[in-house]
Amino acid sequence: MTETLETPKISIRDVHKSFGNNHVLKGVDLDVSAGRSMVVIGGSGTGKSVLLKCILGLIKPDSGTISIDGEAVTGLSERGRTKVMAQFGMLFQGGALFDSLSVWENVAFRLLYADGVGRAKAKVRAIAALAQVNLGPEIVTLNPAELSGGMQKRVGLARAIVAKPEILFFDEPTTGLDPITADVIDNLIRRQVSALGATAVSITHDMGSVRKIADDVAMIHEGKIIWRGLAREVDNSGNAYVEQFVTGSEDGPIKVLAR
Amino acid sequence: MNPLALIGHTILALTREAGAISMFAWRGVSSALAPPWYFNQLGAQLLRIGYFSLPVVGLTAIFTGAALALNIYTGGARFNAEQFVPNIVVLGITRELGPVLASLMLAGRVSAAMAAEIGAMRVTEQIDALKTLSTDPFRFLVGPRILAAVISVPILVLVADIIGVMGGWAVSTQILGFNGATYIRNSIDFVTEWDVVSGLIKAAVFGFIIALMGCYHGYNSARGAQGVGRATTNAVVSAAILIFAANYVLTTLFV
Repeated sequence: MTETLETPKISIRDVHKSFGNNHVLKGVDLDVSAGRSMVVIGGSGTGKSVLLKCILGLIKPDSGTISIDGEAVTGLSERGRTKVMAQFGMLFQGGALFDSLSVWENVAFRLLYADGVGRAKAKVRAIAALAQVNLGPEIVTLNPAELSGGMQKRVGLARAIVAKPEILFFDEPTTGLDPITADVIDNLIRRQVSALGATAVSITHDMGSVRKIADDVAMIHEGKIIWRGLAREVDNSGNAYVEQFVTGSEDGPIKVLAR
Repeated sequence: MNPLALIGHTILALTREAGAISMFAWRGVSSALAPPWYFNQLGAQLLRIGYFSLPVVGLTAIFTGAALALNIYTGGARFNAEQFVPNIVVLGITRELGPVLASLMLAGRVSAAMAAEIGAMRVTEQIDALKTLSTDPFRFLVGPRILAAVISVPILVLVADIIGVMGGWAVSTQILGFNGATYIRNSIDFVTEWDVVSGLIKAAVFGFIIALMGCYHGYNSARGAQGVGRATTNAVVSAAILIFAANYVLTTLFV
């Protein structure tokens, strides 16, 4: 495990979140160092997505602190939050592309509507970002609904990187994709995170993806981080929960209810 | 459950909903009035709510005006007051039926479309995506829709007023034996500016209600197709009920 004295890019301290009687996060502590790619693994319903949305500010934690570059962002106003968002890029699980806009307008959305870049310049930058994820100019005027799932993910990735953010978030980036397309997406994520020198936080339960894109891995279980280490340590973690998750075995301390 | 507890729960739920709608309305209005303004969004909504609703509103108005003329003629004939058909048609259309019926049709067409669109955006995380792209969903989605509805519904109602009166004119001249020019002159002489303006003020309020209900229910849509379906139904029903309630309040103020 890498321990540094420098201020973590993202610091999460004792974060709790409940929905009614459902206590999803029960005191999460996690640091993500600048320039590192952290992947949070865990089964369905363990709180991965809620944790990611708390960091992004889409969900407000009940208690605890989340800091970016040492500054707490949990109590920010809507305007302050919008400023923080300027340094984020996010790839949503389903792409979350705006179906009323064309591909290039989706990619250039932040440039057009938040950064005030003119349409001609924004389009050039959108086409360049699409090229970085191996998509050609022939698709720029299409609607997102006309694209395959893998292409939508790549457009989503282009949208996430177009403004050169300092922190990238990936929510289940390979879910629903065939293994080859998933590998393409993983390679693109790895390449873009390295090219930008960005800090990345991903959540996934795809171990193939973990091995491709992670520098550091943390496992969340029942609302708490129960293990963290380097990506290369994940197969020899010495933690029964991690071992069961990595092997995908039914036998172990994690009990899955019969559905 | 204890009946008293049931009443209490219902009142609490209604109060909570009213509070939530008021807060949403406040955020929506302040988003519509403060920069940044998204003029292309406003233009698109003006086109959708205004221009594309013209056929629905026009057809509603023409048949309403025609039926109104027939009913007034039938009722008026009972005490030899058939000659008042143009006067009562123009008064009924401009003060009441034009704004109310056009707005009810728009509640079905526009509120439902807004709730379905914004609800689908909620379900597919597009609203979350807006936030991560440093764009306030209230300014981008809610504000332009409210502003567009408040601008375009009075214009639609003004068109409905004219078409409704012409519906009454068509029936009166073709079936009831009225003279066309006299009918028009009687209508123009009888109607006052306030009759028209009060109807347009009602239309602006109804436009606000239509957009508010569509946006509110869509924005707070539950997950899944069922959630979006429920949001759409709730938007139409609540918009229609609020239009009737607001109409009564405004009518008592305007008489």
